[in-house]
Amino acid sequence: MKQLDAKKIQNFFVQNAIYIVLIALIVGIALYDSNFISIITLRDILLQSSTRIIIALGAAFVLITGGVDLSAGRVVGLTAVLSASMLQLDGYSRKFFPDLPSLPLWLPILLAILAGLIIGFINGFVVAKLSVPPFIATLGSMVAVYGLNSIYFDLPPNNSQPIGGLRSDFSELGTGAIGSGPYSIPYVVIIAIIIAVIVWVIFNKTRFGKNMYAIGGNVQAAKVSGINVALNLIIIYAIAGALYGLGGVLEAARTGGATNNYGNMYELDAIAACVVGGVSTSGGVGTVAGVVTGVLIFSVINYGLTFIGVNPYWQLIIKGLIIVVAVAFDIRKYLAKK
Amino acid sequence: MANHEFVLQMKHISKEFPGVKALDDVTLQVRPGTVHALMGENGAGKSTLMKCLFGIYKPDAGEIIVNGEKVNIENPRDALNHRISMIHQELNPIPYRSVMENLWVGRIPTKRIGFLKFVDHKKMLQDSLQLFEDLEMDMDPQAIVGNLSVSKVQMIEIAKAVSFNSQIIVMDEPTSSLTSNEVEQLFQIIRKLKSRGVAIIYISHKMEEILQISDEVTIMRDGKRIGTWPASELTTDIIISRMVGRDLSQRFPERTNTPGEVLLRVEELTSASPHSFQNISFELRKGEILGIGGLVGAQRTELVESLFGLRKIKSGKIFIRDKEVQIHSPVDAKKNKMALLTEERRATGIFPMLSVLENTTIANQASYEKSYFLLDDKKRINDTNESINKLKVKTPSYKTAIQNLSGGNQQKVLLARWLLIEPEILLLDEPTRGIDVGAKFEIYTLIVELAKQGKGIIMISSEMPELLGMSDRIMVMSDGKLSGILESYEATEEKIMKLATKYMV
Repeated sequence: MKQLDAKKIQNFFVQNAIYIVLIALIVGIALYDSNFISIITLRDILLQSSTRIIIALGAAFVLITGGVDLSAGRVVGLTAVLSASMLQLDGYSRKFFPDLPSLPLWLPILLAILAGLIIGFINGFVVAKLSVPPFIATLGSMVAVYGLNSIYFDLPPNNSQPIGGLRSDFSELGTGAIGSGPYSIPYVVIIAIIIAVIVWVIFNKTRFGKNMYAIGGNVQAAKVSGINVALNLIIIYAIAGALYGLGGVLEAARTGGATNNYGNMYELDAIAACVVGGVSTSGGVGTVAGVVTGVLIFSVINYGLTFIGVNPYWQLIIKGLIIVVAVAFDIRKYLAKK
Repeated sequence: MANHEFVLQMKHISKEFPGVKALDDVTLQVRPGTVHALMGENGAGKSTLMKCLFGIYKPDAGEIIVNGEKVNIENPRDALNHRISMIHQELNPIPYRSVMENLWVGRIPTKRIGFLKFVDHKKMLQDSLQLFEDLEMDMDPQAIVGNLSVSKVQMIEIAKAVSFNSQIIVMDEPTSSLTSNEVEQLFQIIRKLKSRGVAIIYISHKMEEILQISDEVTIMRDGKRIGTWPASELTTDIIISRMVGRDLSQRFPERTNTPGEVLLRVEELTSASPHSFQNISFELRKGEILGIGGLVGAQRTELVESLFGLRKIKSGKIFIRDKEVQIHSPVDAKKNKMALLTEERRATGIFPMLSVLENTTIANQASYEKSYFLLDDKKRINDTNESINKLKVKTPSYKTAIQNLSGGNQQKVLLARWLLIEPEILLLDEPTRGIDVGAKFEIYTLIVELAKQGKGIIMISSEMPELLGMSDRIMVMSDGKLSGILESYEATEEKIMKLATKYMV
């Protein structure tokens, strides 16, 4: 009986390892400096995490199918530039399109997300229809999208100048909040929560989500079960692209500008957050709660270690260790069973 | 080298896998300079015995004696050190490398320059050329293996086995993809090796070959050795009767189904792959269990997978209830109320990490969709629990990952998956492979029950008793061709075996 309980406890720790890690991190930092536990800190961490959660959820779609999407960061850059270029203040001296009339806010945002979706669609097509391994297909689009973005960014009269002077309604989207003061809830946090809920529903409550897990779990069996694997893959990559697109728009709004280097290496952050959150790189496994926790762990490390004055280079070493150790632990869940 | 009567003795070898006694007290004695044929049905234990010899499996009991000395073979390297080499049934070439690198992989000649060792390409090329000349093979050592035909690759494997200078060479179905000219060439090589005192253990299903090349024949059945005889005393008929001669020890449920009108008609179906099946025509009736028999390589799996749209068809027609249907993918097959239980449960059946719930409902999702694309979880769980009860699946709950169930229970879940779409035609490819006896009987009972409900069932089986015990009719394939269809009352193991070897050269 006692042994059973010990086993139960051990099982609980294995199953919930990442949540325990997150709590341990917060407690550890708070023990070092009790000021860490405050509404302002919490709000800042959530604010920092919001766009990353959206991008990481996009990456999770692809990872769960057993693929990988390296284009995420460059798509973020492209859509940040696209949306910013069309949403500058009237009469701003260095407008991207000097003669562009004031567009409704939603139009440039939609166009940017659509651009992300199209790139994701192309990724999916190349993977599913041309059978190019996902790593290679998205490596190609990652490089090409950066080129495309840089050409756009270099158009006269902009000539590769950072895009600034954003309209107030646009920057409000990235910096504004419901309510005011420390207890306010930023719009980006609300958007991230809405996206997380929608993705949770897709993962758990729709046929499409079940197909995604099935494809990642055993693509041959998925085919035999009558799942249209190619079509599902194309839609999955397209959704991922659209989420990166939304991430890029919010990055531009939050920071009040954009350059062609926006989003650089975000794909690696997103993949790291996913795997730390328990998404299996061999496919078939992953949850929304895990991905969100993965992102939060990295935000807490970033924010918390800076808060207590740890050298940023040490932070990188700690981040690297966490990625490897977390996966080494997580993989035990599946190894033990065979 | 000491003169022993036997170069190899495998004595009282036993090997058990979970649920199956693969080898039961088997003894094999091979004389130097002879060809010793090893024969038996699929699953008789021939390959398992050879894998024990080659260190791929570790026998549970028994000893291996080489040249009068007891040896311990833990892995293929040990076997090679005892000068035993093997031509495997499945070819595993390194496709993007040259013929000579494939030949010498693991023992590539090197030369020293200062402190460093480099590959000695010149020596490798010379050695290869010499080997091919010795074997009278026409082969370019520098060709890329991936560009060669399967038969050429098989010839390379043969050359490789010879190149170890072994005293014992095991050939497991060496001619399965060779042309008749190449078979003759192989036989010449074998004769040359014999004259050098090399012993050859030759596994094949092809009776003519065996009688032509071998000196002694050992026949196995159900993991046991039946006996060893000089080849000169044997005929094809004697071999067949000794291979299959057993009474039906397994029990089958009473067949209470009655075949009705024609459900599925296949006309002159030919695979898009030139090495696969050709011109297959047959009918399947409502409520009928149609068994498909044949040996490994008869293309039975390819046939049912083509019917299901997983493989491409070059020509031929498929009719369901007299209406011609086009099936290009499993999606089409499902629309036509077909279901397929694949041969490789792990590779193409289960989603190992997913729950019993997901595994059961994955093919039937369309019927759980409510408004806004949302799934009806209640109905999914209900259906799963109903299936678990009806098929007597032993699982802690519907949430358990399917990889934690036994093979028989996994198979029941897969069957449940397809029954949920209410199929009319079930294609079952080796439905009881790797399943213990108790679960087998339950699956047989289910199959009969389904036939009784009027479903048409096609069942591939490599187990003779299963074919005879379960089928209303037995269709036998041989080398991609239909060699005959037997009614259950006239079918015997001998007749099936004769048909199964009909088109083998």
